[in-house]
Amino acid sequence: MTDTDVTPASDQRGGSRTPILEVTDLTKHFPIKSSGVIRRTIGSVQAVDGVSFQVPRGGALGLVGESGCGKSTTGRLITRLYDPTSGSMKFDGREIATLNSKQMLPLRSEIQMIFQDPYSSLNPRHTVGTIVGTPLRVHKMVPEKKVLDRVRELLEVVGLNPEHYNRYPNEFSGGQRQRIGIARALALQPKLLVADEPVSALDVSIQAQVVNLLQDVQKEFGIAFLFIAHDLAVVRHFCPEVAVMYLGKIVEIADRETLYSHPHHPYTQALLSAVPDVKQAAVGGRRERIRLEGDVPSPINPPSGCRFRTRCAYAQDICARVEPPLLQIGKHHKVACHFAGEMGAMPSSPITLKVLGVDREGNSVNGAQPTVDVTSNDPGFADTWTDPKTLQKESEGIG
Amino acid sequence: MTETSHRPSGDPAAVPSPSANEPYLVVDELTVRFPTADGLVQAVTDLSYTLEQGKTLGIVGESGSGKSVSSMAIMGLHDYKRTRMSGSIRVGGQEVVGLSSEKMRTIRGGDVAMIFQDPLTSLHPFYSVGSQIAEAYTAHNKASKSQARAKAIEMLDRVGIPQPKSRVDDYPHQFSGGMRQRAMIAMALVNDPKLLIADEPTTALDVTVQAQILDLLQELQRDFNSAIIIITHDLGVVAEMADDVLVMYGGRAVEKGPTREILTHPEMPYTWGLLSSVPDVSADTDARLIPIPGNPPSLLDPPTGCPFHPRCAHRSKVPGDLCRTELPELVTGNRPGHTKRCHLANPDSIYEAEVLPEIAPDLVEVVAEDATPAETGTGLFGPDDEAADGGSVAPENR
Amino acid sequence: MFGYILRRLISGVLVLLVVSVAVFALFFYGPADPAIAYCPETRCTPQRLDNIRTSLGLDRPAAEQYGEYMKGIVAGNDFQAGAITIKCPAPCLGVSFKLRVNVTDYLMERFPATLSIAVGGAVLFLLIGVSSGIYAARRRGTLADRAIVGASLVIFAVPYYLFALLAYLLLISQWGIFPESGYFPLFTDGPVAWAKGLLLAWLVIGLTSATQYARFSRGSMIESLNEDYVRTARSKGLSERRVTMRHALRAAVVPVVTIFGLEFATLLAGTVFTERIFDIQGIGLTALNAINTRDLPVISATVLIAAAFIVIANLFVDIIYSVIDPRVRLT
Repeated sequence: MTDTDVTPASDQRGGSRTPILEVTDLTKHFPIKSSGVIRRTIGSVQAVDGVSFQVPRGGALGLVGESGCGKSTTGRLITRLYDPTSGSMKFDGREIATLNSKQMLPLRSEIQMIFQDPYSSLNPRHTVGTIVGTPLRVHKMVPEKKVLDRVRELLEVVGLNPEHYNRYPNEFSGGQRQRIGIARALALQPKLLVADEPVSALDVSIQAQVVNLLQDVQKEFGIAFLFIAHDLAVVRHFCPEVAVMYLGKIVEIADRETLYSHPHHPYTQALLSAVPDVKQAAVGGRRERIRLEGDVPSPINPPSGCRFRTRCAYAQDICARVEPPLLQIGKHHKVACHFAGEMGAMPSSPITLKVLGVDREGNSVNGAQPTVDVTSNDPGFADTWTDPKTLQKESEGIG
Repeated sequence: MTETSHRPSGDPAAVPSPSANEPYLVVDELTVRFPTADGLVQAVTDLSYTLEQGKTLGIVGESGSGKSVSSMAIMGLHDYKRTRMSGSIRVGGQEVVGLSSEKMRTIRGGDVAMIFQDPLTSLHPFYSVGSQIAEAYTAHNKASKSQARAKAIEMLDRVGIPQPKSRVDDYPHQFSGGMRQRAMIAMALVNDPKLLIADEPTTALDVTVQAQILDLLQELQRDFNSAIIIITHDLGVVAEMADDVLVMYGGRAVEKGPTREILTHPEMPYTWGLLSSVPDVSADTDARLIPIPGNPPSLLDPPTGCPFHPRCAHRSKVPGDLCRTELPELVTGNRPGHTKRCHLANPDSIYEAEVLPEIAPDLVEVVAEDATPAETGTGLFGPDDEAADGGSVAPENR
Repeated sequence: MFGYILRRLISGVLVLLVVSVAVFALFFYGPADPAIAYCPETRCTPQRLDNIRTSLGLDRPAAEQYGEYMKGIVAGNDFQAGAITIKCPAPCLGVSFKLRVNVTDYLMERFPATLSIAVGGAVLFLLIGVSSGIYAARRRGTLADRAIVGASLVIFAVPYYLFALLAYLLLISQWGIFPESGYFPLFTDGPVAWAKGLLLAWLVIGLTSATQYARFSRGSMIESLNEDYVRTARSKGLSERRVTMRHALRAAVVPVVTIFGLEFATLLAGTVFTERIFDIQGIGLTALNAINTRDLPVISATVLIAAAFIVIANLFVDIIYSVIDPRVRLT
């Protein structure tokens, strides 16, 4: 396994070695109001709950998960379309979680977003030239006389005819519209692009065109990507590092080779096995897969302990009592599961007892001190880690 | 299951017994045109296929390929005044094209039912889930309100909705996405249809829910022996669900045959394009995706000759200007039962030499080592073991 | 559901309070001196004007007077106008400067006429408008559709007062096809006389306003006929009639109800013309006269009543919403 190309520090652009984006304990709770005469806050939708990750300069991090897992909310928090409830977001070394909208303004050009729906995200009453040119004018990127030239240049970059700047979005197909959206995002020469399901509304043959374009753009301009998608294959293709989210939390994060070949979280395993596989045609029938029962629980009142336990085949008592910490178990591999292990070889006893200082029922053990600070949520990877086998051996002593 | 054989009492004639040995669904030379202000939309042209009970047909294609339009035609869901339809669709021996809307209604939702892509918009937001299922039942059966309600509860239970007795009065917005699609399926199956048309049934759903819904469809097919048409753009879904595949492009069938044949030995460049433009969860991540260049054709002014020729990378391998000037016939290729609409003389060798290395380079070496003269199908997915149905025709340049 | 309506009621009361403050501010900071309305400067000495101001309580602080006004609405009030006392039981909206009568009683006499015009007209234009809109939507593109759209545009283009005036002059004065218009109270003169007097006014309102509703409901019906759930309803094998009336219409009426709630105020204001042309003594005409004579208590009372009407209409609309759409009542 080669990890060299995913090391955040391996930044060929020669700039600073810090990641372009470092998110720590990012949380977004949407308040719910009561329906009475006086509208009190009676609860909250815990859309994103303590998420930490890094996006390397010029690199790409994928966020995958099912609807309601908080991946899109995370994207909108980073672009500050939403205000975070708590947590830190360091962009280019600068804290942006607490900036007000005025302070945020100069940074907006550096973090751009591409949206899912190429039909509703372009104003139908503006020409392509206006759509792509407006950010240039607002941020005074180029003198007024040069705007049109720059627009043509950008259209060329995204593979559209530069002379079509006079046309309206409805004259373009879905794939071409998504290219316009990309040109608009590129206009400000951003350092980070948050791409929220950028290809899922497109026809398959067009998806590949857009994915290739995004890859070209990334290479040519050194733009870092936070790539949010539910399509596991597309994310794997695009992102050297991938985080899996479930109910507002990251349950597993690793470089793609590890995540897709050796998933250690039962949810990642289920997700991967659920993807229908065209290779199955040679065999016929359905593929053997891990079947998840039921639906994702409500983020208003998520399950105690591990949030996945209600649908997990391996769940035991401890899962309801103690939330599993996101433990580093490999060079670029973190997983949040008491029973983390290779698919089909999950341990029968929890592997987290030693690090948490608890017994198999989740009660804290006298004299046993947690060896990790469970509350700390480091966005990066440490140089040292404990592999699952060792964790399990250590835990057996306690259980 | 109780009362499974309830049929509308008044119209036994509407569903005559199929003529001898004819498959349950026969679509023959179906052509659908929509006159619009901009011109004539050639939505479906000369489409023919058959489907037997208990079998599943996967129809694959992009938006505008005619895959949905042709299936809506089976249901008679087009506005008659704004649609020109010719050819023949026979459902259980009954000709559907040109059938009066009154007669069509007894088939629609009865013997033929349909589920749609987006269960949120496809269910009426103002009526409870139960009442919408009950309505489908009473439309085809003489039943009292309480009987219909009991039937709705039974169906919700059948499709795996927990606590159906209390959920029956819920409104669609109180259901999750997966439960809504289950409710749609319950509604479609309430009259024991012999043919179920599923139009992108899982596209709007998450993968784990998609797996549940596909499981459910297969289980129900086993129980009811219904024929299923599954319309999708996801070749993975087709691979796992369908017995036969129909690939559509620009309103026409361009490749057709058993799923295993089509997906392991595709012979039409458009199908190659579909396979190569989708990344795979185990593919080489350094490889670039190979998109199909250009955009889907205009149905107002379709290309001359082969509809795919403006986007086809293999056009130059056909002598002359044939691809541009002449529409290839849908003919049997190198294997029985596998038809394709393409001028290429030796698709297998091009596929192996040029397409396969792009899709699955790891398999190419296997091909090289493993190739034996007897083996016709060195497929996409490894050495295959089906010489029996693989056929007798060896590709030329072996 | 109950909490939802209660919340709506409370916000409605708040709206009325704000309107009353605004109206009261008009009294004090507006350009018209109520004392002069009582007794024009040319005839009154400044001394006399001061006396009038004192007797009306206009010399007291604004807040105190507002309190007095509110107290009048809740508990009633008695006014001294020179030697005579004008009784004004709750809800007291003051005493007309010009006519020296209790405004509440004065308006209550005229209110039923306006309400009769408005309700009768509304019933007619909803019936004509919505049904022709649905008809046109179902036969979209046909001759019938184009005829309805065209006719509604033509009628809409003619100013309402011109339409009403022509109708009155031709159909009543000239040709005598319709009975002479006027207001005859329903309960004293009987329904026949009541309806006869208002018939042409209803028809004129019904026809002119129906044009808008025809176009609204046509558009909203076309939209809902294209909804996925209507396709689902068809795919179940339901009759076209059931698909249209039960599935498409229920969704299509929502925007129509919204417009109706908003338009109800215009309807009340519009009756000024109607009352004038058809010679019906209603609130509209009264307000017009009060403005001409600067009779502030009457003006403010009509404004308050109009506001109350809008609040009630919106409450009504909200209740209809929650009946139509379960998402409103269940969240």
